[in-house]
Amino acid sequence: MSLSRLTGWGRTAPSVAEVTVDVDPQSLRAVLGEADARGVLARGLGRSYGDAAQNGGGRVVCVAEHTVDVDAVSGVVRAGASVSFDELISALLPHGLFVPVSPGTRRITVGGAIAADIHGKNHHADGSWGAHLLDLEMMLASGEIRIVTPLADPELFWATIGGMGLTGVVLSCRFRALRVETSRVLVDTWRTNDLDGTMSLMAERDADYRYTVAWIDSLATGGRLGRGVVTMADHAPASAVPDVSPLGFSDRARIGVPRLVPSGLLNGLTVRAFNELWYRKSPVQRTAEVQGIGEFFHPLDMIRDWNRLYGRQGMLQYQFVVPLGAEGTLRAAIEGLARGGAASFLTVLKRFGSANDGYLSFPFPGWTLTLDVPTGLSGLSALLDGLDRTLVEVGGRVYLAKDSRLSPDHLAGMYPRLEQWRAVCERVDPDHRFQSDLSRRLGMRRRSAAST
Amino acid sequence: MGNVQRVLLLGGTSEIGQAIVRALLQGRSGVHVVLASRNPDSCGAFASELRGRGASVECLAFDADDPGSHRGVVDLAAAGGDLDVIITAWGVLGAPQCALDADPVSASAVVQTNFAGVVSAGLEAARVLRQQGHGTLVHLSSVAAERTRRANFVYGSSKAGSDAFMQGLADSLVGSGARVLVMRPGFVSTKMTAGMKPHPFSTTPEAIAAATVKALRGTATTVWVPGVLRVLFAVLRHLPRVVWRRLPI
Repeated sequence: MSLSRLTGWGRTAPSVAEVTVDVDPQSLRAVLGEADARGVLARGLGRSYGDAAQNGGGRVVCVAEHTVDVDAVSGVVRAGASVSFDELISALLPHGLFVPVSPGTRRITVGGAIAADIHGKNHHADGSWGAHLLDLEMMLASGEIRIVTPLADPELFWATIGGMGLTGVVLSCRFRALRVETSRVLVDTWRTNDLDGTMSLMAERDADYRYTVAWIDSLATGGRLGRGVVTMADHAPASAVPDVSPLGFSDRARIGVPRLVPSGLLNGLTVRAFNELWYRKSPVQRTAEVQGIGEFFHPLDMIRDWNRLYGRQGMLQYQFVVPLGAEGTLRAAIEGLARGGAASFLTVLKRFGSANDGYLSFPFPGWTLTLDVPTGLSGLSALLDGLDRTLVEVGGRVYLAKDSRLSPDHLAGMYPRLEQWRAVCERVDPDHRFQSDLSRRLGMRRRSAAST
Repeated sequence: MGNVQRVLLLGGTSEIGQAIVRALLQGRSGVHVVLASRNPDSCGAFASELRGRGASVECLAFDADDPGSHRGVVDLAAAGGDLDVIITAWGVLGAPQCALDADPVSASAVVQTNFAGVVSAGLEAARVLRQQGHGTLVHLSSVAAERTRRANFVYGSSKAGSDAFMQGLADSLVGSGARVLVMRPGFVSTKMTAGMKPHPFSTTPEAIAAATVKALRGTATTVWVPGVLRVLFAVLRHLPRVVWRRLPI
C-alpha cells in the first residue's frame, strides 16, 4: 500500500491514490471495509486513456486473479480479471482458440475489458466483449462474492458490462472463445480517395468479413477529405498457411520510446508527413495478404510506451459514435477536426453492428471515429465541446474509456439509460463505495431528483 | 488542455481573479464556478456574464478577515464535486505608506487581510485538494513579495509573507497530487492601482490570466508576469540596500 500518482494512458489529469497491488479477495474485503468517502476502484493495466482507472484521494486496488482455465472441447474459458489479453491469447492459441473480441492492444486486462465493454474490428459481426460473456464472478460493496449471470441477475450483469468498474470488483469471468485453425489472418486492402469511397466500401463489404476497419488521413481536406486505407480480414484456414506451426504466436514489442520526449514532436507537419507516407505506401488494392495477429490487431504494441511520443503534456483520445443516418455529422466532424488542425496520426473509422444490453455500453449501430491529438493544441477544448453538443443532438455519444474532458451536462443525453444504471448501482452499492475520478467528474453516481 | 471543470475563486471581485476564470472558460461550456467574496451580491454582474458563457455559477460569502469561517466556505464550495482549481485572489493595497507610517492599526489590518487570511484559507484549500488527490491552488502574489520597497513596505511585507507561506505549502503538498502555483505579476493596471503611475514592465489581468492557464498545463510552481521580471529580480534582490532604497521604482 502506498500513495501513487496515477494517470490514464493519455498521461493527462494525474491524481494521487492509495494503491494496493496483488490483492486477494480477503484483503479486498478489508479494503472495502476501511474505505472512506473517496471510495475504492479496481485498476488493471491503466490503458483507458482518460481518468476512468484513477481514484484521487481514495483507494485503488489491483487484484491478483491470474488463472486461465481452458476447456478445449467446449471452447469455454474462465479467465481471472487481472489476466492480460496478451496472456490470454497465448493461452488460447495452442488449443485452436482465440479471444472473441480483440481491441487495438493486448496490454489490457480481462477486468478492464468488462468495465469498458471493449470492441474490436469485428463489432459489426460479433458485437462487443459483453456479448460473449457467460458469467461474472464479482465482489460487491458488501464484501459478498457472487456469480452474476445474464439470467439470474440481468440488471447487475448488464450494469457491470461497460459499467466502468463502478458496480463491484470483477474477479473472473467465463466466456466462449472463437475457434481458429491458425494464428494468421488473410487481409484484403483498399486505398480510398475520399470519405464517400471509404464509407460505401465499408457499408457494402462489411458483411463479407469478420474484421473490418478504415484508417483515415485526418489532415486531408477538400475533395480528399476522409481518404484512407480500408482493411478487411478473416482468420486464415490451415490450408492457406502452409506453415510449420499454424498456431504459433510470438509477438513482442520491438522498439521502445525513451522516457523524455520533447513536447511538440507530433505536430501538424510530422503527422501530415506520416499520413501522406502511410497513405501512399498502401496498395490501391491487394487481396489475401497473410498477416500475424500482432501485425493486424495490435500494431501499436510493437512500440512500447508509444504514448510518450506525445511529450509531457500528453495526448487526448476522442472516440465517438453517431447512429446510422447521421453520416452528415460524421463528415462535419472530420471536416471540423481537419480544419482545426487536430493532427491525429491514428484516426480510425469503423461501422458498428448491434448493441448489447449493457446500460452504459458504448457501441450501437452506427459509425465510430477515433482520433488522438496532443493536448496542447489551441482551441481543442472548444472544438471538442462543440462536437459533444452535436453528438447529443443526433443521438451519438463519446466512449467513456477514452474520456478525460466530457462535461457532466452531456452524460445523460449520450447515455439515455444512465438513470436505470444508477438505480442498479444504488441497489448493490448504496454507500457509493465504488468511485473513480471519472465517476466524480461526470457525476455518474449522482442521485437524481426522482430517486431521492 | 487541462480538464478544468470546477473552479473556486476566493476574492470573487478581484479583476485578476475574474480574468483567470474567463480564460479558463474560453470557448468551453459546462464549467462550474464558485465566486466567494465579502459581499456575494457584488459578484452578480460577473456571475451573469459567466452564465452567459455557459457556466453554472454559485456565489458565497467569504471574509478573508474571519479565519474561523474559511473551513465552511471551502467545504461548501467542494460539496458539489472536486475542485480542479482554487484561486486566492483577494488583496488590499491599504492607505499610502506615508499614512500607514502613522497608523499601525490600519497597517496591521492590511497584513491581516493579505497574509493571515491567505494562511487560513490556503490551509483549508490545501486540505480539500489533498483529500481529492489532485487540483491546483493558484495564489496571486506580487513582485512586491520578492523585495519590499520603502514606498509600500507594509503591503510588500504582507505579500512577502503570503508568498513565503505558499512556497512552503507547495512543498508540503509534494506527492499528494495537489499543487500550488504562485503567480508573481509586476505592476498591474486595475482598480486597485487606479491613479498610480504604471511602472516599467507593468502587465494586465488578461496577460496574467493567459500565463496562469498556460502554467496550469505544465509543472511550473512560480510564474512571473511578464517573464522578464524573473531575470530582473534575480539581480535586484541582491542589490546592496543602499542602492535598492534609492532606486526610482
